[in-house]
Amino acid sequence: MGKKMMRRIVSSFFSLVALVVMVFFLSRLTGDPAALFLPIDATQEMLDQFRELHGLNDPLIQQFGRYVWDVLQLDFGDSIRKARPAIDVVLESFTWTLQLALITIALVTALAITIGSVAAFRPAGLFDRFVSLVSLIGASAPDFWIAIVGIVVFSITFGWVPTSGTGTVWHWILPVAVLFIRPFGLILQVVRGSMLTAFGSAYVKTARAKGVGNRSIIFVHTLRNAMLPVITVIGDQAAAMLNGAVVVETIFGFPGVGKLMIDSILQRDFNVILAAIMVTALAIFVMNLLIDIAYTLLDPRLRT
Amino acid sequence: MAEHLLEVRNLSVQFHTAGGTVHAVRNINWHLDRGETLAILGESGSGKSVSASAIMNLIDMPPGEITSGEVIFAGKNLLAMSDDERRAINGKRIAMIFQDPLSHLNPVFTVGWQIIEVMRIHGIAPDAARARALDLLKRVGIPEPETAMRKYPHQFSGGQRQRLMIAMALALKPDIVIADEPTTALDVTVQAEVLALLGELQKETGLGLLLITHDLGVVADIADRVVVMNAGEIVETGTPDEVYHNPKHPYTRKLISAAPGRGEMHEPNATGEPLLKVENLCKSYGSFKVLKGVSFTLQPGETMAVVGESGSGKSTLARALLRLDEADSGHAYWKGRDLLKMPAKELYRLRRQMQMVFQDPTQSLNPRMTVYQLISEAWVIHPEILPKPQWRPRVEELLTQVGLSPAHAERYPHQFSGGQRQRIAIARALALRPELIVCDEAVSALDVSIQAQVIALLDKLRRELGIAFIFIAHDLPVVRDFADHVMVMQAGECVEIGTVRQIFENPQRDYTRRLLDAGLDPDPRVQAARRMPKVQAGLEVG
Repeated sequence: MGKKMMRRIVSSFFSLVALVVMVFFLSRLTGDPAALFLPIDATQEMLDQFRELHGLNDPLIQQFGRYVWDVLQLDFGDSIRKARPAIDVVLESFTWTLQLALITIALVTALAITIGSVAAFRPAGLFDRFVSLVSLIGASAPDFWIAIVGIVVFSITFGWVPTSGTGTVWHWILPVAVLFIRPFGLILQVVRGSMLTAFGSAYVKTARAKGVGNRSIIFVHTLRNAMLPVITVIGDQAAAMLNGAVVVETIFGFPGVGKLMIDSILQRDFNVILAAIMVTALAIFVMNLLIDIAYTLLDPRLRT
Repeated sequence: MAEHLLEVRNLSVQFHTAGGTVHAVRNINWHLDRGETLAILGESGSGKSVSASAIMNLIDMPPGEITSGEVIFAGKNLLAMSDDERRAINGKRIAMIFQDPLSHLNPVFTVGWQIIEVMRIHGIAPDAARARALDLLKRVGIPEPETAMRKYPHQFSGGQRQRLMIAMALALKPDIVIADEPTTALDVTVQAEVLALLGELQKETGLGLLLITHDLGVVADIADRVVVMNAGEIVETGTPDEVYHNPKHPYTRKLISAAPGRGEMHEPNATGEPLLKVENLCKSYGSFKVLKGVSFTLQPGETMAVVGESGSGKSTLARALLRLDEADSGHAYWKGRDLLKMPAKELYRLRRQMQMVFQDPTQSLNPRMTVYQLISEAWVIHPEILPKPQWRPRVEELLTQVGLSPAHAERYPHQFSGGQRQRIAIARALALRPELIVCDEAVSALDVSIQAQVIALLDKLRRELGIAFIFIAHDLPVVRDFADHVMVMQAGECVEIGTVRQIFENPQRDYTRRLLDAGLDPDPRVQAARRMPKVQAGLEVG
C-alpha cells in the first residue's frame, strides 16, 4: 500500500512540473504581457519601463528559470493589481472555496448515500420513483438558472436570505444549496445503481440465509461494497468544486478562487492566475490521494 | 407416521418475467429426517434450488410467487411466518452453504467478523462467539485459526473458502444444513475433502443435510436418498442405489446414460509429421512461474487432453500457444515452423488454422451481434477465405453442421440455451476451416445431458473434418471418453503424459492416481468401494 502511494506521489509530482511548464508558456503565447497589461494607449516609455521592471527583456528561458526558482520557494510574484504576493491573494480566496466545497460535498455525500441506498432497496417502489425523478431533475438543471431563480424567490420575494456576499451564516445558504443540487442528483444516481448491483450479489444471499436484518444488509453488508464507484464520482465532483465554482461564485459575489481566476484573467494578472492554477492543482492532487487511500481502506483486495 | 424434521408439501413457485410466467416448481413434495442426507438432483432450470430458496426466504417476490404449498419445520409452516420469525430461524436452526464461496462471502469483511456475525445476530455474547468461531475454524481444518480470523476471503483458496462457509453454517449447531452445489466450483481433490468433511460433521451433530446438486457422483458419494427433478417436477425418488441401478423414469435413465466416463477409449495410432510440437515452454507472471518447461507433440486429427487442477497452468498453456500471451522461452513448431517466433503477418495467416472455444459462451459471444454476424465476422477479418455472396449459405451450412437450424442465423445469443450457445461458438471456430481447435473447459459449464451432446458433436467434427483438438478440462470422465492422449499438469509442470488408456488404466505417478481416485463415480456401489480408502486417508490427515 505504502509503495503504491509513493508511486502515486512521485507521478503526481511530475504532473505538477508539467503543469508549471505548460501554464508559463501558454500564458506567454497569449501575447506580450506588457502590451496586454498596460492600457491600449500606453507610451513606448511605459512599455519599456514595465518590461524592465518585470524582467521581460531577458530571454524567455531565463524568465522561465527564474519563475521555476521562485515557485520552488512558493514565491509566485506579486499580484499586479493588488500589489501583494499573488500566493496570499490566492490562498485567501481558496480558503473560501475550500469551505464552500467541503460543506457542500459533506452534505451531498451524507444525503445521496442514505437516500440512494434506501431507494435501491426496493427498486421501482414509490420512494425510489420519486427519488429518481427528483435526482434526475437535479442532475440536469443548469446551475446559473437555479441560482437566479433561488435569488428571485428566496432573497427578493421572501427576503429570507441575502442575495450575495459573505458575512453571516445566512450568506452561505443559497450558494451551498445551488452547488448541492447537481452533484447530489448525480451521486444519488450512482449510489442507487451501485447499491442495486450490490443487492443482487451472492453475499447478500448469504447474509439473508444467516438471518441478517434489512438495515444491516443495506448499511453494513452492501454499502461498503457499493462505495467504490461512488467515491470516484464524489472525488470528481469535489475536484470540480475546488477548481472554483465559477458560476455560483460569480452570481453570489462569493470571493472564491473561481471568481478570482475569472477576474484575474480579465485583468491580465498573470501571477495570480499561475498561483491559482498551482494551488488548485495541488488541492486536486491531494484529493486524488485521499480517494486512493479511501479505496484501499474500503476494499481489502486492493491492499496487496 | 413420525414427524419429519422438514417437510415440503405441495409447493408451487412461479416467476413472473417479461417473457411470461415460468413455473419454477409444481406441486413438489419431499421430506428430510434427522441425521439424513437428502440429495435433490437436477440440471439447470429443473427447479432443484427453488425449494431451498423457499425454505430460506430467499425468493424475491415479485417476480417470484409461491402459489401453493407449505414448508413444515418444527410443527410450523415456514411460509406462513413473518419475516422476523423466519430471520430468527435462518442461520440458527436452518443454515445454508452455497456453490461459489468466493462470491458468497462478503469481500470487504474479515472472515472472523463474518462467522461471528451469525452468532451475534442470534444473541450470542461477543466473547463466546469469538471463542466458538476459533473452535469452528480449527474443526473445519483452517490452519492458524487466530490469524485466519483477521484475513479476508480473497486470501484463502477455494477449498478453504468453502470450509469457512461450512464453519459459518455450523456456528449455531443448526438442525438442518442446506448445501447448494457446495463442491461444483472446486477441484476434484478438494471436492472429495469437502464432501468428507460434510459427512463427518453430519455424523457428529446429527443434522439433516439437504444437498442440491447436478452431479450423480456427489449423490453416489454421500446421499442417503435422492429426489430427481426435471422441469419443475419430481420425477423419481429413492435411494441412490435404486435410482442408479433401476431408474423408472425416462428422464432419470437419460441422465444416467449421459454420465461420461464409460465409453470406449480411443487408441491413437497416428504417425508421421506432427501438426504441433511443443518444446520446453516456459512462462512467468512476475516471479511466479506458471509454465515450467512443458513439451508435447500433437498429430493431425488427434486430441490431446490437458488435465490438472486450477492453477496448474492449463489455460496459460493454451494462451501461450495461440500467442494471446507471449511465452518467455521454448518452441512450438506448427508443421515445422516455430510459431512463437513468427512475425505478426505470418501469425495472422496462421491464426485462422488455430481456433479457440471458451468455457462460457455467454461471455465469449458478443451479445449485440446476430449469429450470422458472429460467424461471418471471421471472413470479414480474413476476406480471402470466402467471397461475400457465399457467406449466407456457408453460415447456414455451419449451423446445420453443429446441429442448429439455418433459421437461427438472425437471432441473438441470449435467445439460445447454454448448450446452443456453445454450438454457435463451435460454428464460429469452424468458419475458418481450422486444423486445430483449442477447447478451454468448453463443456464444463454445461449440463450433463447437453455436455454429452456437445462432446458427440466435437467427436463428429473430428472424424469428418480431421480437426485436431487441445482439450483443456478438469473433468476426467469427459476426457476419458473424448481424448486420444492425456497430459496431466501440476504447478506448471507436465506430471505424466500418455495415451488415454495408459493414463486411466495404468497411471505411473502418484499425483495422477490421486486425481483419478478423487473423481466421483456415478455408480453408488463403485463409489462406496472407492470411498473407503479415502475416508481412512482423511482420518490420518485429520
